[in-house]
Amino acid sequence: MMKNAVSCRDLVVVRGDREVLRGVGFDIRGGSVTGLLGPSGCGKTTLIRAIVGLQARVTGDISVLGLPAGAPKLRGRIGYVTQEPSVYGDLTVTENLRFFAAVLGVPSSDVERVVEAVDLTSHADARVDQLSGGQRSRASLAAALLGSPELLVLDEPTVGLDPVLRRDLWNLFHELADAGSTLLVSSHVMDEASRCDRLLLMRDGELLADDTPQDLLLSAGTNDIEQAFLTLIERKAGAR
Amino acid sequence: MTPRVTFAVAARVLAQLRRDHRTVAMLIVLPALLVSLMWWMFTDSPMVFDRVGGPLLAVFPSIIMFVVTSVATLRERSSGTLSRLFTMPMGKLDFLLGYALAFALIAVVQALAVVSIALYLLDLDIQGAAWQLGVVAVLDGVLGTALGLFASAFAATEFQAVQMMPAVMIPQILLCGLLVPRDQLPTVLHAVSDVLPLSYAVDAVLGVAKGNGFTTGTGGDTLVVLGFILAALGLGAATLRRRTA
Repeated sequence: MMKNAVSCRDLVVVRGDREVLRGVGFDIRGGSVTGLLGPSGCGKTTLIRAIVGLQARVTGDISVLGLPAGAPKLRGRIGYVTQEPSVYGDLTVTENLRFFAAVLGVPSSDVERVVEAVDLTSHADARVDQLSGGQRSRASLAAALLGSPELLVLDEPTVGLDPVLRRDLWNLFHELADAGSTLLVSSHVMDEASRCDRLLLMRDGELLADDTPQDLLLSAGTNDIEQAFLTLIERKAGAR
Repeated sequence: MTPRVTFAVAARVLAQLRRDHRTVAMLIVLPALLVSLMWWMFTDSPMVFDRVGGPLLAVFPSIIMFVVTSVATLRERSSGTLSRLFTMPMGKLDFLLGYALAFALIAVVQALAVVSIALYLLDLDIQGAAWQLGVVAVLDGVLGTALGLFASAFAATEFQAVQMMPAVMIPQILLCGLLVPRDQLPTVLHAVSDVLPLSYAVDAVLGVAKGNGFTTGTGGDTLVVLGFILAALGLGAATLRRRTA
């Protein structure tokens, strides 16, 4: 069994005068697919930005691949997909990927592989700003796959994709995990939860649950993740 | 700093510019058009054009480069590409130098256009060599680029970035010797103009116009401009934040 790819303890992030993360702690096992679920505004993106080392005013400990988050040695070992597709609209898919490959120092032959992985081969030479939203976010995902990073942190990568494509991407995520990568995938769509090895449920900057989908359902006494989420919130309110 | 990364950024910026015909036209044609406009305004008093024509070769390229580059890093910030790049082995200086390199190439073309039009079409009268005027004009364009990138690292939004132009450039235009020769400014303003980069850009052009070569006086001003370029890029890299709130 691989050791933890990500380890967080007492994570607090302040933005403005508001605590966006309020003492979050968890471990992500290497070679797994972990879902980060919770409503919009619960702190998912802030948590992700803290893990990839882009968030300011972070207190607590975050260890990523055995190093403190944001360590220069981690650059290039983490594939990060922001919520908005972070690719250049005025370049083609291939031009974008060739550029990112050059920055990473990855051979440009890798470009073809990742284009295929996200099923964009037919649009490889199209300008990104002429693609649909879903195609654009797949181009952005492809850039994160370059060089086969050990950790992939994906902020809502499946928003707006059709069900077939979503299924294909989740299959891809599991293939990557089977090959040894660790994935943290955020989503506000609860039905994606069952596709994860493990779930982190967040609400209001706190972690509600850190469990496998099966155990989560079992402990909430339901077979619906949405319902389990509600039960956990009610239990928490009751405990106060 | 990694040359591979710097050159990758420069090549990418140029590839983006190649698609953006309007910006390229503005960068290359506009300084020449503006200088021609000034020439036209002073057709009846060619002495005036000979006096201001030189400084304009410094002022117009640097302003135009400043405006274009001051929003450059902001565009990358709002599109999320800067976030992505900062999770990659991308030095902050790689990023700014890549932009500077791409725009320096544009500055060469820009200087070729504006200097040849000024000298051969508008008969701007200078004592020095044309190539020296060209070199100084390129450096002045690169100066505008470097100052723009520096301002860009400071601004939080594109809205703030465009406000940098009047705040940073207009005072320099007023004090650089274009309107009033610097030695005729009140003492305090003269001292202020002594620390502003554009003053040296204009001094360098005036030096070449007077026939002073790089070895006889103009070289010093040119080196100061080069120093400002390097300082602006260095400070810009130091100001750019990987971690943001």
